[in-house]
Amino acid sequence: MSTTYTPPVFTQPLPVPTPLTQPFWDALAEHKVRIQYSPSLGEYIFYPRPLAPRTLADDLQWREISGAGTLYTYTITTRPVSPHFAAAGPMVLAVVQWDEGPKFSTELVNVPFEDVKIGMRVKPVFCDYPEAGVTMLRYEAEA
Amino acid sequence: MGLRGEAAILGFYELPPERKLAREKTFNLEQWARLSKAALDDAGLDATDVNGIVTPLIGEASMFVPSTITEYLGIDANFAEIVDLGGAGSAAAVWRAAAAVELGLCDAVLVTFPGTHEVPTHERRPFVMEDSMYFGASSNQYGSPQAEFEIPYANLGQNGPYGQIAKRYGYEFGYDELAMAKIAVDQRTNACATPGAVFHGKPITAQDVLDSPMVADPLHMLEIVMPCQGGAAVVIGNKDMAAKSKNRPVWIKGFGERVPYKTPTYAKDLMYSPMVHAADQAFSMAGISRDDVDMVSIYDCYSITVLMSLEDAGFTEKGKGMQFVNEHDLTFRGDFPMNTAGGQLSFGQAGIAGGMHHVIDGARQIMGRAGEAQVADCNRAFVTGNGGIMSEQTALIFEGE
Repeated sequence: MSTTYTPPVFTQPLPVPTPLTQPFWDALAEHKVRIQYSPSLGEYIFYPRPLAPRTLADDLQWREISGAGTLYTYTITTRPVSPHFAAAGPMVLAVVQWDEGPKFSTELVNVPFEDVKIGMRVKPVFCDYPEAGVTMLRYEAEA
Repeated sequence: MGLRGEAAILGFYELPPERKLAREKTFNLEQWARLSKAALDDAGLDATDVNGIVTPLIGEASMFVPSTITEYLGIDANFAEIVDLGGAGSAAAVWRAAAAVELGLCDAVLVTFPGTHEVPTHERRPFVMEDSMYFGASSNQYGSPQAEFEIPYANLGQNGPYGQIAKRYGYEFGYDELAMAKIAVDQRTNACATPGAVFHGKPITAQDVLDSPMVADPLHMLEIVMPCQGGAAVVIGNKDMAAKSKNRPVWIKGFGERVPYKTPTYAKDLMYSPMVHAADQAFSMAGISRDDVDMVSIYDCYSITVLMSLEDAGFTEKGKGMQFVNEHDLTFRGDFPMNTAGGQLSFGQAGIAGGMHHVIDGARQIMGRAGEAQVADCNRAFVTGNGGIMSEQTALIFEGE
């Protein structure tokens, strides 16, 4: 028996929803943003959890939010962070703060690098990956 | 509350880092044994004095790590601990060892961090670069929040998120890239007085730093650690062991630690690192003030880590770190000696052993063994560890008698 070496193929990793997080992904598939809210905390939270962070209150509800927010911080990756992203070229790795409070790790697209400014208003870009059955949430400048 | 200061670092050993391994390849377990023996020899203690160990993760085992090590070295341990706090692990291991000594569990504890990850391979046991290894410290396992919400957006590894922290810092407080460069330059001066440092004999200027390639805006290559092969160990003992040791004891007088999150995206306020709490607790426990410290060794995976640690540890105000760096000479002969053996930026980062560089930097100075880089009359040191993306942080205070 002979074995052959197959070089790894570095495709961009895609999210795989879990039973608990499915409502978030179902909303993205409809091009909506739905995250959890804890009435006892009086806060939206992200990412999805079974119980509220800090208090472990068992009162989390799914609520739709606008998805709009501001750019909290970013960096431009002049070198790929891993081989999976080498083909993508330089990326704007962004943290967006939703108007409802939580922060979201994402990528800023459709914006020239020189126009990226912390504090700028941003809006969702829903990116469908039908073959993987997921929609990713990227951001661009608000018109 | 806390330590009484009755446990001390009595000996240490730090391999000179190598960018490309020239030494013979050995497994982490073999490194554990040899580094430990060297630290015990340095202290003048016997292996049979040891009845405790603290270890990081090692390459040859993912479970039962401490008992694998005690068996390998033949130690009947009363305290066998694994610490999984990344770059904070070394400082975290030191206070855990000190606590075990003060509780009377142990006479002497080995804290050993193998830092050479190039290990032997065999045709039937080849090295396989698994997909997950490219994701650095982020877990791509199913169900991991990092796999689901971070890695797909390229939020992985270290460069990107540290760049994000530096960008936000600049937005809130302003950004002086010359001050950031000066951190690297002053540390390089220290490395040039430290034989064995990977950049010994290679001074740099601020312009060199700014001319080096931009890796994660605004961080340049010379503001980012050089991964190396190495390893380090310290032996921590009680007063009886201190009396037997040939070195000036380095008493562990205080510590603090805080571990609030894995990924800085979720920090409540990204501009205040866990060091705020860790340093306050350490100084309070030791009963000394910031001004009492003769040198600091600040975990320096990136220039921004140093800058924010200086602020958050209370050596200067939030937002004034760049001014502080510009106004002080951070070299071993300066008015604020910092990372006097070059720090990891200029000494080299030997993987998980990187944090030990700072522990040993502080101990070496207090023992008076820093040679050309010796800080005059050095009796108190402040040492930090930093794991993840400024997400796990530990502070230590050392004092000579």
